[in-house]
This record gives sequence, C-alpha cells and structure tokens, in this order.
Amino acid sequence: MLEIKNLYAGIDGNEILKGINLTVKKGEIHAIMGPNGSGKSTLAKVLAGHPAYQVTKGEVLYEGKNLLEMPPDERAREGVFMAFQYPIEVPGVSNAQFLRLAYNEKRKHLGEEELDPLEFKDLLKERAKVVEMDASFMTRSVNEGFSGGEKKRNEILQMAVLEPKLAVLDETDSGLDIDALRIVAGGVNQLHNPENAVILVTHYQRLLDYIVPQFVHVLANGRIAKEGGKELALELEEKGYDWLKATTPETSGAGAQAK
Amino acid sequence: MVTEIASKENSYQLAFRDLQEDRQSESVAWLRRLRANAMDRFAELGFPSVKDEEWKYTNVAPIAAIDFKPALSQTAAESELETEALAPFSCVETAQSELVFLNGILRKDLSSLAAIPEEVVAMDLSEAIADERYREIVWKHLAQQADYVADGFTALNTAFVSHGAFVYLPKNSVTKTPLHLLFISDGAETASFPRVLVVAGENSSATLIESFVSVNDSRYFTNAVVEIVLKDGARLEHYKVQRESVEAFHVATTAADLGANSSYDTTTINFGAKLSRHDIHVTMDNEGAECWVDGLYLVTATQHTDTHSVIDHRKPHCTSHQLYKGILDGKSRAVFNGKVFVRHDAQKTDAMQTNKNLLLSNEARVDTKPQLEILADDVKCAHGAAVGQIEEDELFYLETRGIHPDLARNLLTYGFAEEVIGKIKIDSIRKQLDEAVLNRLNARLEA
Repeated sequence: MLEIKNLYAGIDGNEILKGINLTVKKGEIHAIMGPNGSGKSTLAKVLAGHPAYQVTKGEVLYEGKNLLEMPPDERAREGVFMAFQYPIEVPGVSNAQFLRLAYNEKRKHLGEEELDPLEFKDLLKERAKVVEMDASFMTRSVNEGFSGGEKKRNEILQMAVLEPKLAVLDETDSGLDIDALRIVAGGVNQLHNPENAVILVTHYQRLLDYIVPQFVHVLANGRIAKEGGKELALELEEKGYDWLKATTPETSGAGAQAK
Repeated sequence: MVTEIASKENSYQLAFRDLQEDRQSESVAWLRRLRANAMDRFAELGFPSVKDEEWKYTNVAPIAAIDFKPALSQTAAESELETEALAPFSCVETAQSELVFLNGILRKDLSSLAAIPEEVVAMDLSEAIADERYREIVWKHLAQQADYVADGFTALNTAFVSHGAFVYLPKNSVTKTPLHLLFISDGAETASFPRVLVVAGENSSATLIESFVSVNDSRYFTNAVVEIVLKDGARLEHYKVQRESVEAFHVATTAADLGANSSYDTTTINFGAKLSRHDIHVTMDNEGAECWVDGLYLVTATQHTDTHSVIDHRKPHCTSHQLYKGILDGKSRAVFNGKVFVRHDAQKTDAMQTNKNLLLSNEARVDTKPQLEILADDVKCAHGAAVGQIEEDELFYLETRGIHPDLARNLLTYGFAEEVIGKIKIDSIRKQLDEAVLNRLNARLEA
C-alpha cells in the first residue's frame, strides 16, 4: 500500500529526514517511535503533504502512485488520513457541517452520490459511537473549546467518517488521560481491518498496550535506527532511547553533536 | 468644488422649501423650526470632507456630486411593487409585524401589524407627529440623541424629517414578535431620509429589525437616522441589515440612550452599497446598563464601508461588549473606528472591544482604529484589533480532510462570518445572511 524509498525531507532548509525506507502493506499496523526531534512528526506531515516541508530526495508510492505529486486534499480523497498532534480549531463551522462536506467531497471523488444532511446525520450518529461522542459535539464548532482528549477523539471520529485506507496518527496519545486513551485506542482498533493500514507515530510505548503493532520502527536523527516486532517497544520502554544511541554509534554521534 | 457643492445644496434646499410650505401635512411649529435649524446647520457644515478627522478615510464627494432628488411625497412611493419582489427580504417571523417603506415612505398596503400587541405603537412618523396621543412623546425625544449640530448628514436628514417610523413600547410591555422595518429602494437618483424613533418604556422588551434593500441595481442615496431611547429596565434587541444596491450610497446614524439597568443588544450587518457609512452612538448615562454593539461587514470589488462607533460610559456599573468583524475581497476598503469613553464617574465599568478583519485579496485594505479613553480608575477594559489572512495551518487541516483549497478557504471565511451571524436569533434572517455569505463566496469560486 505504501512504499517509502530513501526519503529525504526538511523544513526551511534544515534536513530532518535522511533516508527513510518503509513499506506498509494493507492490514498492517506500524509504530514509528523515537526521541524528540528524531523526525517522526516530520514523516507524518510529509505523508499528509504539509506545504512547509520540502522533499529533497527519494519517493513515496501509495497504491503504486506517486504520493508526493498529489496535493494534500487529493491524498485525502484517495484514502490517506492524518490525525493531528494538535488539531486545529475552526470557529463558526459546526462539526457536522465540516464532516459532511469532507465526506461528500470524498463521495464525489469516488463517483458516489452525496448524502443530504439528514442521511448524513444518521451515519454520523452511528460512527460517533466508535469514539463514544454524543450528539452535542456535532453542533459545536470544530474543535473549538474542546478539551485535549475531546480533540483527539474528534480526530478519530473524522477517521471513522472518512474511512481511510492509510491512517497516520501523529502522537495521538499525547496529552490523553487513561480513559481518553482507552476510548481513542478502542476507536482505532474498531476501524482497523484487513483492508486498511495504520501508522502510529508515538513517543511512548503506552499507546502500544492498546493498539498492538506488528512492526516497530525506531527513528533517530532522521533515519530508521532499529526495527522489530512489538517487543522492541517494550525494550525501549525499559532501556530508554539512550540505549538506542549506544547501540548505533553513527546516530549517537550525530545526536551528541546536535546537543 | 465649493461652488459645485453649493449648487447641490440648493437642489436640496428646493425640496426643503416645498416640504416646509406643504401646510397640508404635519404643520407643527416646532417641527418646522427643527427642520429649519437643521437645514441652516447643513448649509454651514455641508458634506464632510476627508480633512475632517472623522471622515479621513471615507470620501463622500461622489454623494455631493450627484443631483439626488429627495423622495418626500407619496408619489415617490407609488411605483408598483410586486409582492414577489419582496419575497427575498421578507421573513416568516415578521409576516404580520412589518412596516414596508418604499424610497423611505411607508406603504401601508404592503405592511401588516396584526401580530403586534395592541398597546404597542408602530406607525408612520409623520402620522405620529400629527396624532395628539403621540405628539408630545415625539416632540420630547426627536433629535435629542442624533446630533445634527455636529454632523452634516444628520443635519440633512433632520432637515427632511417627515417619513419613517415611530415605535413606542409602553411600560412593562413585552413584544415577542420581532418588528421589521423594511426599507426598499427602487428609484434611480433618489435620496431618501428615513427617520426612526424608538421609545421603549420602563421594563418593556422587544426585537427590532431594520433592513435596507433594493429591488434593482440603481444608484440612489439613503440617509437614515435611528434614535432609540431605552427607559429604565427596557430591553431591546436590534438588528440592522444593510443590503443596498451595489451602486447605492448609504449613510446612517444609530443613536441610543440607555436607561438604568436597560439592555441594548445590536448587531449590524453591512453587505451592500458602493459606499456605506454607519455611525453608532450608545450613551450609557444611567447605572447598570449593558450593551452589545456587534457587527459584520462583507465587501468586495470596489465597495467601501465605514463604521464609526462611540460607546460612552458616563455612569458606574455599566457593561459594553463590542465585536466587529470584517471580510474584504477585491479592491474593497473598510474603516473601523471604535471609541470607548469611560468618564470620570463611570467606576466599575466593564468594556470589551474587538475588531477582526479577514483580507481575502492583496488589494483590499482596512483602516482600523480602536480607541479607549479612560478617566475612571476602577474599571475593566480591553480592546484590540487584528487584520489577517486565512491561516495556512487551518487551510492545511481542512485539505487533509479532502476539502479542495478553494472550498476550504470559503469554509474558513464562512466560519469567520458565523461568529457574528450566528448570534442572530431570528432564523429566517440568519438563513438569508448565511446564504448571502455563501453566494458571495461561491461567486468568488466561480470567478
């Protein structure tokens, strides 16, 4: 589904990703871990098409197509979704209005009929159960006045409505208390199926207790420093990211320089 | 230029003489004196020029240069107006509580007041002046709030005081149905001088809507003055919707005087006119009054809109809230000048003022000047102004949900307007405005 080949990218002339290689097949869950500044969030933003980031080298194929050539909205309509670490507030636009527009844009793209407000209301009510959100959230402005946990649940609600093939969750666990984490993770588990794939970008192993990945990739200094199964996350939890630096001399050297 | 303006004054003067000599209608001595004084004052002041600090960014020379014909007699309102032509401006909530004016003159055949409580008065101003039941109330309050000595346009309107509306809410009366004053223009090169006087008795409550619309794209001049007197404990919700023709000139003053513990909640929407200017003056000279003075201007192409507001805290324990938002596209220009005065005696004042502008084009321009002048020492005041474009982060967020950038921009712009429009409690008006905003934005998309 997704093939990242030797990807180099940065922002404002600073190179952050320095040769990422990653293959994700449908039905899989991948975790991208790493210390602060290792490039995990940059990778998520590059996949979503954030205009501030420039790809300087390499390629990204999504279902065999050049993902990097597509504008962000087209990527989304093609089934790529990113849950934001810091979801944006959209004052004056209700959640229901926003979700219906996004949903219908995708339907149009796929040549399907659009849903009218009433039809969509039923669908939304059904999908909202995934993240245990009640109807009052639908009439409120998108993310405005939402708590941190509510914003993250709202991200997963959007995922539930848009049914992406590839979901990239950027630090979705950050700032969540244990109840919110359980709801958010439960939502992702319900939405995951053999036809789609999930990339979890996270600093902590905690999320992976709830959403269990088949693959764990550890980023350090813009490269994948270590890869393994879910047990790698536990090892990291125990030994910390410094352990990683010690085992990979090249990256630890660069890390020391950066400090 | 001077001679040109002088000759235009003469043309107004001609209409003025006709009005004063018309002894058939309201030949009340005080009214004739008031008009004469105002006309004299207008002759001295003339139309303001950009040298005047209050008119620095708004050049009204085009208004002075056109030979507008004052619409003062019933003949100006005689044109056939199909009920269908009114449909886009009518609202179901006020189907039976509406006064319809054509070129500033009441059309009783198109008006209905069936849903207004019996004790509440809403009538033609000239009839109220002629009616001995209301003559004294009108005499007591007319031209007391809007200062014709200081302002040329108010002087001109006052010189032609005759048509318009008188609204009287007796003490303790509750009017649940909103009252709609619908001002329609259809005449080319006409000038209308609507005058509205609202007197809200103690503890009365009501909702008033003023709409200014046009059935065609003609060039005309609306010079309106609305005076509002709220007695102690009165509550008024007041909406003004300005959707004049894109060729029209609209200059209006709203002046409100708030009694003790009264509440005045006003929202002004400015969409129309080639050039519009709105002066709002809220005087809080009694303790415990509260006001909301909110608005939205949405302009495009070469439209120019100017809002000057004064909120004057003169007594303790008054609260004012002001949120004005602007959306500018094309080569449009907007001016916002908001003064909040907190006088020496006005302790425990709570005043909040915000002006936010969204520029959709590089050629649009806004001049904003929020001003706070505080002479009391125990007050809570805040003000601010912002001019910006659509945030890249917001745009990207919507794009990652599959929304095309153009559509995303429109949605964000719509959301920006909603903060003010969403406040409107009358469903059909809110829907009309929502549609108007979306139509503007879609037109932009298609352009």
